[in-house]
Amino acid sequence: MIQLSMKKNILTIGGGVAGIEASNILAGMGYSVSIVEKEVTLGGKVNQWHKLFPDLRDASDINDYLKKRVKQPEIMVFTNTEITSVKKTDDGFYAKSNRAVGFEAHAILLATGFDVFKAERKEEYGYTIYDNVITSVDLEKQFKKGGAIHTTGGKTPKRVAFIHCVGSRDAKTGNHYCSKVCCVTGVKQAIELSHLLPDAEIFCFYMDLRMYGLEFEELYKSAQEKHNIQFIRGRLSEASENIDNTILIKCEDTLSGRPLKMNVDLVVLLVGMEAGSGTHAAGELCKLNFQENNFLACSDIHLGRNCSSREGIFLAGSCIGPMSIPETLDNARSAALEIHKFLSKN
Amino acid sequence: MKVQGKRKIWHDYQKEIADDHYYYVRSCIRQNFFPASEYYFLKILKDVLGKDVFDDPKHTTCTGIGYHADIIPFETIQTVVARHFALMTEAGYKNFAVSCVTSFGIYSEITETWKEFPEELEKTRIALKKSTGREFKVPANITHTSDLIYKFKGDIAEKQVHELINKKTGKPLQIIEHVGCHYAKIFPSKGVGGAEFPNVLTGMIEEWGGEVVDYPERRHCCGFGFRQYLVQGNRGYSLANSKKKFESMKPYHPDAIICNCPGCTMFLDKWQYVLSETEGKTYGAYGSGIPVLTYEELAGLVLGYNPWDLGLQMHQVDSEPLLDKMGIEYDPEKKYLGKKDQYIGQPCNIVASL
Repeated sequence: MIQLSMKKNILTIGGGVAGIEASNILAGMGYSVSIVEKEVTLGGKVNQWHKLFPDLRDASDINDYLKKRVKQPEIMVFTNTEITSVKKTDDGFYAKSNRAVGFEAHAILLATGFDVFKAERKEEYGYTIYDNVITSVDLEKQFKKGGAIHTTGGKTPKRVAFIHCVGSRDAKTGNHYCSKVCCVTGVKQAIELSHLLPDAEIFCFYMDLRMYGLEFEELYKSAQEKHNIQFIRGRLSEASENIDNTILIKCEDTLSGRPLKMNVDLVVLLVGMEAGSGTHAAGELCKLNFQENNFLACSDIHLGRNCSSREGIFLAGSCIGPMSIPETLDNARSAALEIHKFLSKN
Repeated sequence: MKVQGKRKIWHDYQKEIADDHYYYVRSCIRQNFFPASEYYFLKILKDVLGKDVFDDPKHTTCTGIGYHADIIPFETIQTVVARHFALMTEAGYKNFAVSCVTSFGIYSEITETWKEFPEELEKTRIALKKSTGREFKVPANITHTSDLIYKFKGDIAEKQVHELINKKTGKPLQIIEHVGCHYAKIFPSKGVGGAEFPNVLTGMIEEWGGEVVDYPERRHCCGFGFRQYLVQGNRGYSLANSKKKFESMKPYHPDAIICNCPGCTMFLDKWQYVLSETEGKTYGAYGSGIPVLTYEELAGLVLGYNPWDLGLQMHQVDSEPLLDKMGIEYDPEKKYLGKKDQYIGQPCNIVASL
């Protein structure tokens, strides 16, 4: 086994937005940083996205930015690698991996990210059963791939429904929390779809629209005023397949106070964020506390957002909870400063 | 429609179904409207499958309909349920097989209540002891009787005489499965296949050669809905719900409807007659209704029993179109004759009589 001897060195678990940004700042401060990423490439979920809210910029801009931030040799990168054990040592930690590489680290940063909610758990919506029920991730992949949008029968959709809060704020799935970014993702995707399908009617079914970020509200307004997206306040009760493979959806329009049934050609489920299996595994290995919602627990919700329940182990990005990309970048920078404060003290 | 998606859900919802030795509790509606269903269920389990089933004449209604109509208090129904468990305990059984879906929901609800609130169980033990002097054990296994036919569907298939195949076309019969709301919608884990895409009837239908129709209003209530029907002023809602289902299934040209709930069987059968009389509308082929059968009747037909012995003449909608498709021979002259060949009467208006 190769023993990488490092002084004031930091192990970052997770090579997505948070892991790369924090590692870059720490490397700039003179620390020796190793990033361990279980996937074959760095970048995390952004690799899958096409355009980003609220300004519809290309997601590849962020990828390019991240690539430039991984400066070697100050940052060593181990892709396709997973940490298998973490032990406390006199001056930090020793972590073993599945690839015959061990890491001595004075501090560990967990940036293990999130998993997308598995929409098939909302059985009543028929994802993986009905042909024309897809998720926002599927649609984003279609956007990225390019070309025309079709139903599985090859038809150009005339009516599309976006369903908000799938797997978020939902006691039935055990996820009581808000995933924050799905509302604006729905608005962004509805606008993109309106460009590709100018003759289609596009509906968003929502509980609340939480447009909390910079320029989110403006995007929502433009969706209504410029792109003719129709917003219906009502949570879907069920989806069923019609004989022609269109989808029958049912909900209560809570503003008019009436039940509503509608046939649509395509249903897009806006899936939320869940604490990922990687976050769970890393948290268990490091013996950290979890929140009730399965994301990693901070030492103090106001004053220690980047500190875990264990000294020397820090948190960044959406392993703490749902975050947008700008929030993740901010959070990662703050984690780097927290680690620097800790290592300077010790 | 992707069947593999459904199969994944079915795989996730497996329930334990005891293999033998059942204490059987009858259904108020089933034994009155389709008495042969319960008779043939017992016959199939005992004679065909060689199982031990105890049909106890001492048990009573579970009072479920009164409970859902707010006539029977929760304390009372818990004590009635406890009495049935006491009868099972006294008879030396621990597996409880329930004919009625409403009752199955009641037994599930009460045993789950006792797990969450043990003080309710203790109060019920005291109430039963004071009122009857009896004691009881909670069953080790509670199943709906459709679970048992589902479990042994393969054994039945081995003895199958008639397949669910249209003999003239050679194609699988298109069958609507309607699972009662209280079977799995209260506790999805207590139903075979869960609540959204239940497999309990689908499994039987597919095993015996048929195909299941997945129509848009498949999950919708049959129209019984307790308050919809029990409150006279609400009966229009009951009919409207059934009609919604019939309209939704009609484009698929179903050959039959199979239910596991006795209430659903009754409403989906009899409301077709009402719609035919009031609106002149029928939903089957050639102006007839869609035959509605219990799963016991379906199993009986598959095993080759005489349709009139199975009690198919008790239904408002004629079942002959289905019998003809399956190639089952029957004597029309004997349809309304009893065991001793006496005339048993017949409905005045049957949907599109043959």
